[in-house]
Amino acid sequence: MNQLQQRNRSLLIKLLAGAVLMFGFGFLLVPLYDVFCDITGLNGKLQNTGALTQEYAINDKRKVRVQFLAVNNESMPWRLDPQLAEISVHPGEMTQTAFMAFNPTNSNMVAQAIPSVAPSEAAPFLHKVNCFCFEQQPLAAGEKREMPLVFMVDDELPKYITTITLSYTLFDITPEPRPVSSVFTVPARSVL
Amino acid sequence: MGSLEQPVHSTGHHGPATGITRWLYTTNHKDIGTLYLLFSLMMFFIGGCMALTIRAELFQPGLQLVRPEFFNQMTTSHGLIMVFGAVMPAFVGLANWLIPMMIGAPDMALPRMNNWSFWILPFAFTMMLSTLLMEGGGPNFGWTFYAPLSTTYAPPSVTFFIFAVHMMGISSIMGAINVIATILNMRTPGMKLMDMPLFVWTWLITAFLLIAVMPVLAGVVTMMLMDIHFGTSFFDAAGGGDPVLFQHVFWFFGHPEVYIMILPAFGVVSEIIPTFARKRLFGYTSMVYATASIAILSFIVWAHHMFAVGMPLAGELFFMYSTMLIAVPTGVKVFNWVATMYRGSMTFETPMLFALAFVVLFTIGGFSGLMLAIAPADFQYHDTYFVVAHFHYVLVPGSVFSIMAAAYYWLPKWTGHMYNESMGKLHFWLSFIGVNVTFFPMHFLGLAGMPRRIPDYALQFADFNMVATFGAFLFGFSQLLFVYNIISCIRSGKKATDNVWEGSHGLEWTLSSPPPYHSFTEPPVFKHPYKDNG
Repeated sequence: MNQLQQRNRSLLIKLLAGAVLMFGFGFLLVPLYDVFCDITGLNGKLQNTGALTQEYAINDKRKVRVQFLAVNNESMPWRLDPQLAEISVHPGEMTQTAFMAFNPTNSNMVAQAIPSVAPSEAAPFLHKVNCFCFEQQPLAAGEKREMPLVFMVDDELPKYITTITLSYTLFDITPEPRPVSSVFTVPARSVL
Repeated sequence: MGSLEQPVHSTGHHGPATGITRWLYTTNHKDIGTLYLLFSLMMFFIGGCMALTIRAELFQPGLQLVRPEFFNQMTTSHGLIMVFGAVMPAFVGLANWLIPMMIGAPDMALPRMNNWSFWILPFAFTMMLSTLLMEGGGPNFGWTFYAPLSTTYAPPSVTFFIFAVHMMGISSIMGAINVIATILNMRTPGMKLMDMPLFVWTWLITAFLLIAVMPVLAGVVTMMLMDIHFGTSFFDAAGGGDPVLFQHVFWFFGHPEVYIMILPAFGVVSEIIPTFARKRLFGYTSMVYATASIAILSFIVWAHHMFAVGMPLAGELFFMYSTMLIAVPTGVKVFNWVATMYRGSMTFETPMLFALAFVVLFTIGGFSGLMLAIAPADFQYHDTYFVVAHFHYVLVPGSVFSIMAAAYYWLPKWTGHMYNESMGKLHFWLSFIGVNVTFFPMHFLGLAGMPRRIPDYALQFADFNMVATFGAFLFGFSQLLFVYNIISCIRSGKKATDNVWEGSHGLEWTLSSPPPYHSFTEPPVFKHPYKDNG
């Protein structure tokens, strides 16, 4: 029986190694997913962030509409509104705009905005030079602040895309979230 | 390896130990098989009671019996218990009982690990069921536990759920390793891989699937654990994670998992139909290759569960066509079963009735699966009762019927007594009618737009829901007949012969009924069941 036991043991070790390997593979799926999304540009995730690395010529003949949206994740009490709902830009032109953020609660909070671009094919051609979404944004109780955004649309953008929607979802990432109650009346959209 | 073989001094069989320790310490494949099967039966009834709670609440529109929070816990627990507690352990129990007897081995290859893999399960399920009594209730996020429902918005008991899943995973992986080691190393001399009974083949392939995907499930619940307690953001968009990633990783496990629950059923049916058709199985080789192709294809189709998450067209098309491709090997199997029966001299004992119902009703489930595979149509069916009807057709009259067929087919071998045939037939007909009355109307409900996992519904769905509830109670209570039949068979059935069935074939039927506690201590001489008699 010894020989059989040895064969069983070596098979056991191989199969256990297989199981451990697959456990690792499960975690490997996480970076693979990101790589896959980067390559295909799916998911509307932005890849071109930070200062521009090359010169881009301005194409005066073409105009692209860029729309701005901001939504709150569930239970996030802030107001985040774009200064302009829509801008028409020339490809290659550096444009600055801003969002207004307001913390209507009586506690200091920290937020993180997560951007997404639609259609997702446009994501690789939208360069964000500076954005409030690069960092966590703290706002004191009742504080209101302008959040800047500097961007540029690449002329390589496929011709059939005439409108790009840039939307932000605002998440509450205050450490140890405490119950928040609104003490300041949330002003109407037009006031912000 | 040059060492002396230990001479065997004991003569005759030494029987099992007595008392509770027999079951706690046992390393005997027959004892462990029995434990698995009884455990699965118990879980089948617990999960069944949850199903009846769901159906009772849905008997009429409006909220009558339970609160929506509890309803969600019922749908979730019902799914988890039936998948991990009833169907999977039942097949492992069948594997334990049958594989050594079918391949002429004295026991499983790793008997001590076998004891472990069973005894983890009762603890895992006690822990999971205990969460129902905890503050905040048990898991309420659906059996697929999508993040962030199962992370950010989960009840505090979710940590216990995660550890229960870890334990089930460890149990399944150990069971699978044991099955592979037994099949590859312990076959009687002369039995080649392509001589093995189809039940053994399907289990070999299933075991590889288990080793490949159970660790991925363990991985995904570990990521949940880290998101909940250790501040990572695998699935939390605020920290740069992505909830859709959860669905990808989950279904990378989940789709092979559904084949883990159906491939051994194919094996069971491929044993039973030739016996009662009194013909050899048609297309043995194609059956083996079809099983292997289904297993391989199962790794590249997972995203058909998530057509509605916003995949690009290329993704939708890829997963749509690859899913439809699975219908080819599955069709090969169905045609082979039909061809086996063609011009056979068939008799319709209870196991055969269940096997025939399996072929017909599983095929219906397969067809609704094809309908769901059509990506544009799936946008309409997604998350409706049509999906519920589909997977219950493949799991209840599919997997569960095959387990019942197997129980009736091998029960005389296991116990040495015949079960009550007329009671078995009655059980079959009540189950057959009950299953169809329960699940067929769900197709119509789903096509009409009734969403799944809701405790209350719009008035136009009332009639079909009432019908389904009647069917569910009929099906549920007729299972008591099954239990009664098993108990009376063990205690007082009439003596069974060694081959039990006229057309039975294979090594397990060469043993006495019941088989000795230690069987095949000497490897039996293998004669091919088909080749030797032309």
